[in-house]
Amino acid sequence: MLSYTLRRLAMIVPVLFGISVIVFLIMALIPGDPALAILGSFATPDNVAKLRQDLGLDRSLVEQYVVWLGNLAHGDFGRSYSLNRPVIDEVRERLGPTLLLAGASLLLCTVLGLAAGVVSAIRQYGWQDKILTLLVLIGLSTPSFWLGLILVLVFSVQLKWFPVSGMYAIYGGGDTLDLLWHLALPAITLAVVATGVIARLTRSTMLEVLRQDFVRTARAKGLDERTVIRKHALRNALVNIVPIIGIQTGFVLGGAVYIETVFQWPGIGRMLVTAISTRDILLVQGGVLVVAACYVLINLAADLVQHMLDPRIGT
Amino acid sequence: MSATTSASAARPGWWPRLRRNHLAVVGLIILAAIALIALAAPILPLPDPNATDLPARLAPLLSPGHPLGADQLGRDMLSRIIWGTRVSLAVGVVAALAAALIGSLIGIVAGFYGRWVDTALMRAIDMLMAFPYLLLALAIVAALGPGLLNALFAISIVNIPFFARSVRGVTLGLVRRDYVDAARLTGQGDFAILTGEILPNLLPVIVITLSTTLGWMILETAGLSFLGLGAQPPQADLGSMLGEARALVLVAPHVALIPGLVILLLVIGINLVGDGIRDMLDPRLGSGGLARPGAATAVAFDAGSPTPEPPPAAAALGVRNLATHFLLGGERHKAADNVGLDLHAGECLGIVGESGSGKSVTALSILRLVPTPPGRIVGGAIHHHGQDLLGLKPADLRDLRGNRIAYIFQDPLGTLNPLLTVGEQIAETIRRHQGKSRSEAMALAVDLMERVRIPDAANRVSAYPHELSGGQRQRIGIAMALANDPDIIIADEPTTALDVTIQAEILDLLRDLRRERGTALLFITHDFGVVADLCDRVMVMYAGRVVETGPVRDVLRDPRHPYTRRLLDCVPVLGQPKRALNAIPGLPPAVNRLPQGCHFADRCDRVIERCRTSDVALDPIGPYRTVRCIRAREP
Ligand code: SF4
Repeated sequence: MLSYTLRRLAMIVPVLFGISVIVFLIMALIPGDPALAILGSFATPDNVAKLRQDLGLDRSLVEQYVVWLGNLAHGDFGRSYSLNRPVIDEVRERLGPTLLLAGASLLLCTVLGLAAGVVSAIRQYGWQDKILTLLVLIGLSTPSFWLGLILVLVFSVQLKWFPVSGMYAIYGGGDTLDLLWHLALPAITLAVVATGVIARLTRSTMLEVLRQDFVRTARAKGLDERTVIRKHALRNALVNIVPIIGIQTGFVLGGAVYIETVFQWPGIGRMLVTAISTRDILLVQGGVLVVAACYVLINLAADLVQHMLDPRIGT
Repeated sequence: MSATTSASAARPGWWPRLRRNHLAVVGLIILAAIALIALAAPILPLPDPNATDLPARLAPLLSPGHPLGADQLGRDMLSRIIWGTRVSLAVGVVAALAAALIGSLIGIVAGFYGRWVDTALMRAIDMLMAFPYLLLALAIVAALGPGLLNALFAISIVNIPFFARSVRGVTLGLVRRDYVDAARLTGQGDFAILTGEILPNLLPVIVITLSTTLGWMILETAGLSFLGLGAQPPQADLGSMLGEARALVLVAPHVALIPGLVILLLVIGINLVGDGIRDMLDPRLGSGGLARPGAATAVAFDAGSPTPEPPPAAAALGVRNLATHFLLGGERHKAADNVGLDLHAGECLGIVGESGSGKSVTALSILRLVPTPPGRIVGGAIHHHGQDLLGLKPADLRDLRGNRIAYIFQDPLGTLNPLLTVGEQIAETIRRHQGKSRSEAMALAVDLMERVRIPDAANRVSAYPHELSGGQRQRIGIAMALANDPDIIIADEPTTALDVTIQAEILDLLRDLRRERGTALLFITHDFGVVADLCDRVMVMYAGRVVETGPVRDVLRDPRHPYTRRLLDCVPVLGQPKRALNAIPGLPPAVNRLPQGCHFADRCDRVIERCRTSDVALDPIGPYRTVRCIRAREP
C-alpha cells in the first residue's frame, strides 16, 4: 500500500506539470497585447509597462514559462488588478467554500446514486427501476442553473424553508447549523446531475456483477440476498464505481460555477465568472490552477480507495 | 450454454431496431419537433424576437398576442424562445461536429501511427482530461473573451479528448487486423488504408461518443451563456435568456423558467435517442439484454404438464420429469427436459454429455441455481430425502444450500469472489449454517484447507484467490463444499479448467473424501475417462434429455445407445493419443428447434425411418439399465 501510494504520488507530478503548461499556453493564446488584455479596463500606461516587464514579455515563451512556474512554486500567482490584492490570498479565501459545497454534493450524489443504482439493479424492470430510470434521465438532462432557480423559488421564496442565497445569515448566523441550512439547496442542486451519472453506472455495473459466477457461488452457500448483494456484488461493483466518482468530482467542481452564481455562494466559481467578465486574467489563472490541482488530488484519493478495495491491483 | 446462441441470428436493420426501443422513439419525436420548429422559425408567423414593446413588459403567460408572455423589454417570449432554440441547437451541433472531427483525427493518427506519435498525442489528451471539464472551458473563454463563438470554441475543445480516446482505442484494434496488413502488402498508401479500411469501422464509435457528448455540449454552452460568457445581447440563446431573466425570477418566473424547460426537453430528447443508439450499436447489450438473475430459479409449471411420479423416498436425491427451459427472445429452449435420476447415500453418479447437453442445467436446477430470467423450471419433481425442493420457501431453500447439498463449480477463478480472502469465503459458509463466531469459523477453515491438502494452510487462509494456483483454487472450492459436511456434493466439471496432473490430484482427493465421509457425489463431466475412474453409475445426456443410464462398468463394456458408443470412442486410450480427435461429426440440434423423433437421428450411424417419426422413450433394457433408442436391443 505504501509503495503504491508513493508511486501514485510520483505520477501526479507530471500531471500537475502538464496542467501548468496548458494553463500557461491558454494564456499565451490571448490575442493582442497580453498586458493590455490582462489589465483590461484598469490599464494605465504605467501599469501596462510594469506588467509587460513583470511578465517578461520581451523574453521567449520558454523563458517566460520557467519564470512563471518559479513564481508559482513560491506561491506567487500574481496580483489581481480588479481586487488589488495578491491572487493567492483571494483564491485561498474562496477555496474553502467551494470545497465545502463540492464535498457536500459529492457525498449526496455518492450515497443517493449508489442507493438508486442498487435498487434499480435488484428490481430490474420492476416499477422501482422504471421510476428511478426516468428520474435519472431527467436528472442527467437538467440544466442545474435552471433547477437552482426553481428550488429557490419553491423552497426559499414560497415555502421559506431555506435561505435564498449566501453562506451565512447576515444577522445572528455563523454557526454550523446556519451553514448547513444555507448549504442544503446549493449542494442538492449541484448533486443532481452527478447522482444521475452514478446511479446509471451503478445499475449497469451491478447487473454485470450479479451475473458473475462468484455471485452464484455465494448463493450456492445459502447466503441471503442481502449478504449476496452487499458483501459480494456491491463490493465488486464499487471497484469500478469509485474511479468514476473521482471523475465526477470534475463535473461537480465545474458545475459549482453555476451553482455559486445562482446561490451567491462565495466560492472560486463565482470569483472566476466575475474575473472573466472584468478580464482579470491572473485571477482566472490562479483559480483554475488551484481547482485543477484539487481535482488531481481527489482522483488520486479515488485511486487509493480503489486500491484498498481491490487486492488484485499491483502493490 | 447453447441456449444463448440465437442472439446472433439475422439482425434486423438499424431502423426497425431503433423503433422497437419506445423510449428512443419518444426522444426522436421530441427532438424532431424542436428541430423542425427551430428550422422553420423564419417562415413562422412570429413577431420579431427583438422588437421591444414596453407596455407589454413581463406580460404573463397566455396574454393576448403573447402566448408565452413577454420579457423585461416586452419582447415576445414565444418568438424569442424559438429563435433562441435555433441558436442553442446550432451552437451545440457545430461544437459537437467540430469536437468529433478534430478528436477523431487525433485518435486516428495516434492509433494508426502508434509509437511516439501515439504517446505524445495521448499524453496531451490526458493533460486536457486532468482538468475539471467546465473549468478548462472557462479558462479558454477567459483568454479569448466572452462571446458565443468563443464559448462554442471552448466547449468544443474540452470535448475533443472523449473522441480522441475512444477513436484511438478502436483504431488500435483495427490496425492489428489482417485486412489492414493485406492492404499494406498490396501497396496501398496510408491515406487509402485510413479512408478505405479504417474510417468506415470507426463510424459507430464516433456516433456513440457524439450521442453521449452532444447533450453535455448543449447544456454547457447554455451554461456559459447563462453566466454571461456566451451569447451577448442582442444575440440570444436559451442560456442567455435564462441568465438575463434570473434577476426577475420573483416577479415573472415564466421569463426565466421557460427557456430552461426547453433546454431540459431538448437534452432529454438527445439523451433518449443517444441511449437508443448506444443500445443498438453496442453488441454487449444484444437481444437478451443484461437481465439480472434472481436468487432462485423460478418454478412455474406449464399448464397441463403431467404430474410427475414421486421420487423414491429412500433416495438421497430423487429427480423425476424435470424440465428446465430458457425463454429467450420469445423462443423456448428446452435446456433440460423430462430428466430423472436417483442418487443414493454414499453413491457417485456421473452425468456425461457434450456442452449444451443439459447436464449442468440439470445439476443447477436441483438447488434452483439456474438464472431466472431466462431459465425457469416448468415441470417435474426434485426430492431430497423425501422433501420436495421445488416447493420450498426461499429461506428453507437457503438453509439447504451449501449445508446439506453443496456445489463445486468449474472455473475456480471466476467462482471465487476476487475481493475476499479464501479463508473468509470458506468461513462465511460455516458461519451461515453453523452459527460459529468469526474466529471459530476461521480456525475451521484452516482445518478444511489442510484436509484438501493445501500446504501451509495457516498462512494461505488469508490469501486472495488470484494469489493461488488454479489447482489450489479448486481445492478451496472443494473445502467450501465440505465445510458443513453435506450429504450430497454436486460437482460441475470441477477439473475441466485444470491441467492433467492437477486433474488427477483433484480426482484422488475427491475419491478419498468420498471414502472417508460417505458423501454422495453427483459428478458432471464431458469426459468418460473421469467417470470410469470415479463413479458407480453413469447417466448420459444429449440435447437436454437422458439417453442412457446404467452401472459404469456395464455401460463401458456394452454401451447400447449409439451416442454413448461414440462418446466412448472419444476417450483417449493410453498409447493412442490420436483417438481423442475422433470427435462425433455434426452438432447437436438447437434446443429451441428440436426435431421430431430421436434427437440424435441426424448424427446417428444406425438411423432408420422409424427413428424420425415418433418420440423415442427411455426404456429399461435390464434390471439396472435404460436406453433411449429404438434399436437398443439389436446387437
Ligand atoms: S433411435 Fe434411431 S436415430 Fe436415435 S439413436 Fe437409436 S438408432 Fe439412432
